[in-house]
Amino acid sequence: MSDGTMGAVELAAAVRSGARSARAVTEEALAAVAARDDELHCFLRVLGDEALEQADAVDAAVARGQDPGPLAGVPVGLKDNLCTRGIPTTCASRILDGWRPPYDATVVRMLRQAGAIAVGKTNMDEFAMGSSTENSAFGPTRNPHGRDRVPGGSSGGSAAAVAAGFTPIGLGSDTGGSIRQPAALCGVVGMKPTYGRVSRYGLVAFASSLDQIGPFATTVEDAALLFDVIAGHDPLDSTSLPYPSPPTFESTGAGSEGVRVGVCTDLIDGCAPDVVARVREAADALSAAGAKVEEIRIPELAYGLSAYYLIAPAEASSNLARYDGVRYGLRVDAEDAAAMNTATRTAGFGAEVKRRIMLGTYALSAGYYDAYYAQAQRVRTLVLEAFARAYASCDVLLGATAPTTAFALGEKVDDPMAMYMNDVCTIPSNLAGHPALSVPFGTGGDGLPIGVQVLAPALAEGLLFQVARVVEAAAPSPTRGAGQ
Amino acid sequence: MTWEMVIGLEVHCELASATKLFCGCRNAFGDEPNTNICPICLGLPGSLPVLNAQAVELAMRIGTALHCEIRPSSFARKNYFYPDQAKDYQISQYDEPLNAGGWLELPDGFRVGVTRAHMEEDTGKLTHVGEGGRINSAHHALVDYNRSGVPLVEIVSEPDMRSSAQARDYAAELRGILMATGASDGRMEEGSMRVDANVSLRPAGTTAFGTRCEIKNLNSLRSLGRAIEYEAARQMALLESGERVDQETRHWDEAAGRTEPMRSKEEANDYRYFPEPDLVPLVPDAAWQERVRAAMGPMPADRRAALSALFGDTALGAQADQIRAVVDLGLDTMVEQAVGAGVPAALALARAANELAAEGDRGRALPIGSFVTLVEMEAKGELSATQAKAVLRAAVADVERDPRQLAREMGFEALGADTLATAVADVIAAHPDEWARYMSGEDKLAGYFINEVMTATANKANGKEVAAELRRLRD
Repeated sequence: MSDGTMGAVELAAAVRSGARSARAVTEEALAAVAARDDELHCFLRVLGDEALEQADAVDAAVARGQDPGPLAGVPVGLKDNLCTRGIPTTCASRILDGWRPPYDATVVRMLRQAGAIAVGKTNMDEFAMGSSTENSAFGPTRNPHGRDRVPGGSSGGSAAAVAAGFTPIGLGSDTGGSIRQPAALCGVVGMKPTYGRVSRYGLVAFASSLDQIGPFATTVEDAALLFDVIAGHDPLDSTSLPYPSPPTFESTGAGSEGVRVGVCTDLIDGCAPDVVARVREAADALSAAGAKVEEIRIPELAYGLSAYYLIAPAEASSNLARYDGVRYGLRVDAEDAAAMNTATRTAGFGAEVKRRIMLGTYALSAGYYDAYYAQAQRVRTLVLEAFARAYASCDVLLGATAPTTAFALGEKVDDPMAMYMNDVCTIPSNLAGHPALSVPFGTGGDGLPIGVQVLAPALAEGLLFQVARVVEAAAPSPTRGAGQ
Repeated sequence: MTWEMVIGLEVHCELASATKLFCGCRNAFGDEPNTNICPICLGLPGSLPVLNAQAVELAMRIGTALHCEIRPSSFARKNYFYPDQAKDYQISQYDEPLNAGGWLELPDGFRVGVTRAHMEEDTGKLTHVGEGGRINSAHHALVDYNRSGVPLVEIVSEPDMRSSAQARDYAAELRGILMATGASDGRMEEGSMRVDANVSLRPAGTTAFGTRCEIKNLNSLRSLGRAIEYEAARQMALLESGERVDQETRHWDEAAGRTEPMRSKEEANDYRYFPEPDLVPLVPDAAWQERVRAAMGPMPADRRAALSALFGDTALGAQADQIRAVVDLGLDTMVEQAVGAGVPAALALARAANELAAEGDRGRALPIGSFVTLVEMEAKGELSATQAKAVLRAAVADVERDPRQLAREMGFEALGADTLATAVADVIAAHPDEWARYMSGEDKLAGYFINEVMTATANKANGKEVAAELRRLRD
């Protein structure tokens, strides 16, 4: 299990120099998954042959003296809402039964071009709706730090795969915290980029105006390396920012001297005491490293959760309409087209997905639109403006990622509101379209990992990584290599 | 009571862009079903729309031609489940259309207000199979997604029209404008231009609107006129017997000649419009608008005026109709060039409006040079009218061929003046009695001699020239 403790930066360097073969690295990753994933269930599908084929291509490039790319031979887990050509992409839903996308998501193509090896499609909450990965139609994923605990969600599979040492890096998607919250609960780094930084082409949509693909890694540096590979303009995504993403990897070590850090009390209040304590310690560490730390209040953030649970379901109700049994995926036959639609959707979607479709349909209905959807959009503007005021006096914000450490499987599955509260600290960044990152910082009294969230204004991913690396360096105990 | 018709039209125009509105698939009519499709126009999970700049320009041309304000606009999703709809929502401009607040002037000078002309995507095409193909009785349906995502502009008029004739004039003029802008081929029979009519009645002299019905499936200008007349009569019968008109969507049955309620889609569809999050606002800047304006050719009204000017003050009656036909068919450049080459305007116009127009699309494909050569030959008397028409048909059938050569091959080579004189002299010599009667003032015998000369020359002689020769010999 040497590779499980080796980061992406070192692995890629070893493969590029010829010190290690991509095939050997891939075989080890596949062997680890085969040995231990039955218990954790990080993967919905392992890409054995495809991964080895890709590894051989990398090795061949090295042999020819060509540059196989910055992620040469690095195994990666892909959340199963990222389209992979010819390979089932399920969104952990029965509704997509049998569907094989005829194309690769832009990020999947970029990863391959960078030499990364996709070793599997990872488990998730159905259509990314959930915070525990328990809403998967194919069974939950377990937290490598405690088998009775959830890994968070919705990108729980990718997060747990990194935490378990199966893959040094992974991709998730973050609509309301679905990268950062599982990163926190699994003790890994997870980052949501600025909206538009990473192409959404080939990401099966949940809530289009909030969805953003981002990296998981064991270190901030690895996360930056992966982010640099997937970021940039994509003509296939109209909401993709129309200019290149400046590289962040080289400058993650620039420190936090003089950086103005706002400890946002609204992103701490209401969290468990040990979570609050870790955030305070991280703030102290930044202060000790030369940052100017002060407390800041942004009371408007409290409205984020309510606005989110109108906007995201509204968009989802429309995005998920296409699963009607006509063209692909599941079809349950009935006497006419409308009855077939109903039968298919009734059988194909899980309870949480149905709940959000109903919620969103209601919020967009004639007579309710202004009171719900339009009002939520106004709150969104309010949150954006509140952030703008905060960033007039701060460069970054600091807060908790999740209110608690990983909770027990089944603990909140029947209480949607309690589950939704998991995203209270992460949602504001999605509403604002800003980048934010969760970095592991010690553990709670239960010994489970805690993540500290760093938030930055739009486009400031470089600064985000820089500050996070200072926090990472000061973290009490490394949580990397869990479950080994 | 006297009733007044109130008519507003909604016209869907398929844009003649090379590719679809949000993907790179070919935008073509009549291809093998489901061949011009991709993940985007099939609405596959993960696919995203990217707006086609050419389609936007064509839409801006329409707005410009209809004197609309081109405004910052955005797209919305119109949500409803239907199997021809790949995403189960349609991307359409809703509360922020690209073009708004314009007008269209009918040939008689009447202005019809244009509320808006907005962009949207077309749906796929459903074919119901079995039991006569009606939706209620079909065994199953086939879907062709070639049309899914084809760019449309929907042009909504104000309820300004008061007769079916006015509605027809509006649709015809709009069709001419759509074609002149290059935005559409205007083919109603292929669905490139689809017209829905909103019809209501109100007591003459009042201003409040009555309850309207929307009529769909109007596939020709003739259908449009008939359907409006039928619908107005139906509504009048209801109103006069004290009943009320229900607001509904009705289907025009061309064969039966009546409108019928559409299959009850009256579930009061709530389309749950909301801003399309996958697209950014469409805000054409002044420079783009100016480029579009500068690239536009003259509109039908300008072109009719230009043709009329060729006649000075004398273009009247039938010629006005010919001018309209020629402009509608896009044949006016041919007429103008022929006149520029010295051909009498009336002759060039007549050949274009009658013979060339009768050839339909093929007529439009005739090279301008061929048309000019042909009418020149006729004007100079090298071809008779009958011959010129025959050569025109041949030239249209084979646009590669030179009309002069065609005329020669058809044996229409004009006789030289000497040959003609000889032929006339021969005929006179053979018919001395008739010649004597002609000389003594029996003018109608000219026809007899012309006929004889034509026969003698195997129709190569020009009738007018023969007549002139006869007059010369007599006088």
